[in-house]
Amino acid sequence: MARKKTTEKLRIVIVGHVDHGKSTLIGRLLYDTDSLLDGRFEEMEAASKKRGDIMEWSFLLDSFQAERDQAVTIDTTQINFVHEDRDYVIIDAPGHTEFLRNMISGAAQADAALLVVDAEEGVQEQTKRHAYLLSMLGLRQVAVVINKMDKVGYDIKRYETVASETVSFLKSINISPSKIIPISARNGDMIATRGEALEWYDGKPVLDVLGGFDPSRLPLARDMRFPVQDVYRLGEKRVIVGRLESGILRTGDKLLFSPTDEEATVTSIEQWPDTKGTKKIEAKAGESIGITLDKPIFVERGHSASAYTTPPMLSKVFRVHLFWLSKNPLKVGNIYKMRLNTFECPVTIQSIDRHINTSDLSFQDKAGQVGRNEVAEVTLRTADLIALDSYQDNYRTGRVVLYEEGDVCGGGTISMKGYADQRRLRKPKSENITKVDHLLSYERRATREGYGGGIFWLTGLSGSGKSTLAMKVEQALFEKGYQTYVLDGDNVRHGLNVDLGFSPEDRAENIRRVGEVSSLMAHAGLICITAFISPYRSDRNRAREIFPDHFHEISINASLSACEKRDPKGLYKKARKGEISDFTGLSSPYEAPENPELTINTEDNDIETCVTQIVKYIESNVKLATQESNIENFEEKALAN
Amino acid sequence: MTDRYLDELEERSIYILREAYSQIKPLGMLWSIGKDSNTLLWLARKAFYGKVPFPVIQLDTQMELPEVYTFRDQLVKDWELDLKIELCPPEEEMDKTLPPATRAATRKTEGLKNILLKDAYKGLILGIRRDEQSMRAKERVFSPRSLDGGWDFKNQPAEIWDQYKTQSPDGCHIRIHPLLAWTEIDVWRYTHREKIPVVPLYFSRDGQRYRSLGEKNITFPIESNASTIEEIIKELETTKTSERSGRTMDCESEDSFEKLRSGGYM
Repeated sequence: MARKKTTEKLRIVIVGHVDHGKSTLIGRLLYDTDSLLDGRFEEMEAASKKRGDIMEWSFLLDSFQAERDQAVTIDTTQINFVHEDRDYVIIDAPGHTEFLRNMISGAAQADAALLVVDAEEGVQEQTKRHAYLLSMLGLRQVAVVINKMDKVGYDIKRYETVASETVSFLKSINISPSKIIPISARNGDMIATRGEALEWYDGKPVLDVLGGFDPSRLPLARDMRFPVQDVYRLGEKRVIVGRLESGILRTGDKLLFSPTDEEATVTSIEQWPDTKGTKKIEAKAGESIGITLDKPIFVERGHSASAYTTPPMLSKVFRVHLFWLSKNPLKVGNIYKMRLNTFECPVTIQSIDRHINTSDLSFQDKAGQVGRNEVAEVTLRTADLIALDSYQDNYRTGRVVLYEEGDVCGGGTISMKGYADQRRLRKPKSENITKVDHLLSYERRATREGYGGGIFWLTGLSGSGKSTLAMKVEQALFEKGYQTYVLDGDNVRHGLNVDLGFSPEDRAENIRRVGEVSSLMAHAGLICITAFISPYRSDRNRAREIFPDHFHEISINASLSACEKRDPKGLYKKARKGEISDFTGLSSPYEAPENPELTINTEDNDIETCVTQIVKYIESNVKLATQESNIENFEEKALAN
Repeated sequence: MTDRYLDELEERSIYILREAYSQIKPLGMLWSIGKDSNTLLWLARKAFYGKVPFPVIQLDTQMELPEVYTFRDQLVKDWELDLKIELCPPEEEMDKTLPPATRAATRKTEGLKNILLKDAYKGLILGIRRDEQSMRAKERVFSPRSLDGGWDFKNQPAEIWDQYKTQSPDGCHIRIHPLLAWTEIDVWRYTHREKIPVVPLYFSRDGQRYRSLGEKNITFPIESNASTIEEIIKELETTKTSERSGRTMDCESEDSFEKLRSGGYM
């Protein structure tokens, strides 16, 4: 083992179905690269004999007594070898389903993967599940080895069958293997050298293929992200420490901290031991650093610094493509501790949008729970705004893990598709604004009219009946003597919001403006009824915050299938044909109200019943208390007529 | 190996040390005074800008070689370490059925249990590495220990994307292993680059040197002429002998080290 100076270390995970020969392959790799320490081969020989087996290469790795006796790998293990000037770390991952958490722990550290498939058995359940998880974990450098070719008489036909079966599955999960190598790990064919039994294969042996893989690069070219790990006091200095997850940070950079929206400039990158004169002015992704700032802004562990102009999104809701490891199923409404880099907070499972069967890629929408070792797409919700990146934009910051009683119980990658950045909606753009107080109060207006203004916010799917009901309610209230006005989705988009489209940001802005206008109307003493899908809870809650005492959320409830059947504007038809993207309920989420003040079921009740229910609710809420008896008289008369 | 690779190892270890310091209290570090734990101390000084912010614990069997004690006292002074010495119970109190060297090693396990009882550490930082021994190859970076200090190696928690297990029930603790991904040769290259002091016993005298330091009754020197760090690195580039071959307790039976570790050994 002539060790020369090597330049880079490659971490390879070896995965595949149980008994397809992962540990044997590793034993063979070590033997063929002359990486076994003196005595290890003999030790293995002796241990094999003692159990009456033929040579068991896997004994080299399966070091736990329990593993040797059962001949299965329980936990992931790591072992080093050198080949042609390069250092390798092999990560052996167990094939048994019940040890999936160990397989994931191993695979999450790897640069590349070898997927082992038994030539006799072909692709099995764990082959597929492991491959799917490799894809989820972002491993793209994958080679397949078709092992135990000796058992099928080195038959080229068998190789071709298994190879094509493997490739077609991998293709469906976006993995394109660089090579599919026929091998016999036990006999050493096509491992270090080609051997003689596989003459018909014209590719390279395993070790040469590994030589072609590259170590994962740190995401230098991505937007800078610096999650705060801790804050140290060093004498007078306050040093903010953490690891740069992506991009480059320099002294003099203007940083924006999320979710606090605080900004400050980097004054120094601290170093120890003192470098005497040469100051560090730049840090790159992967470095564990400490910086000082020009301002004493509030910063703590979990806050995340970015360049001022390219911050992460802020949201309370996001989607995660998740694998679940706990024996207790994940259920809608459950709350877990979540970690995202150094940030930690409780998170609620809002919905399980899709449950995926990783062995045949079939799926079920709107599932009730996710069991152990299963995969799903879920929507998560936090109480406060948090900083989020999509995994596809930044693989270091676009992933989360969940904890159950202190143990990691699941994890996954973030998607912000369909969600609006809530950051730009928070502050006035100009600072030269001073509010002027009105001389007339809400109460004085209400006293003169006998009722107060209010916002009655109708939310529901397209076709649920919002506009129809809003217009009828408006008419009924007017005839009863109330001043009232409807703000309707399509109408507002012809005027006030003519500049807005249907992107998540535009949808949020649409609702923000309607929230503001309806609040002005309510202040002016009008009963304002709004009819907007308003699918996001965060947007509706922001509208409520403008005038919380007089905001009433009314859930207009009908099932998706009923709405699609009605389809008054023909929109569902278009969306199903793919002519409308991001259509609420189909390709874009609808977050039903959690605690609406009123729920109207338009599927089981006719229009008149619904109108009556809403009018009754509105009247009982806008009338001043002293007029209570009058309302009842008024109603009785109306009924008598 | 280029400096860049050593940089990567250093960055990762510093991240782990800072994570432990931020998440687990009270925290201590075990110091065997060997090359690995000296490297660990140096990394801690880098992570915390000069001062190691937690106590450094030596499990003392009073059987170390005299050079080790001299070195210890000097470094405690130079680096202003908060050293806590825990005297291990005598060998007579150990399980008589164990093979002799394993019995001697068990003294440290018992010493460790005593200090855990006394000072209730929730986190202990150790300098073990995956390449030392195949049992250690299966370790997690943050590895929980039960009430009796035992390691439930068949039921380890998941560890992904540098998200660790940092909570443990009353009476239990977490072992933190910042050097897990390092190899023996990495430690020497880093020691050389950073000029970290080491006990002179590692260097050859009269054709012999210690490759791994342990108690004098159960550790033996190897044949070697390597008298500088450069020469040690050169020797390791071609060796095929296990680092711990001079440690008799590892070799007494096929699973002696596994049993030691399940019982709480380092």
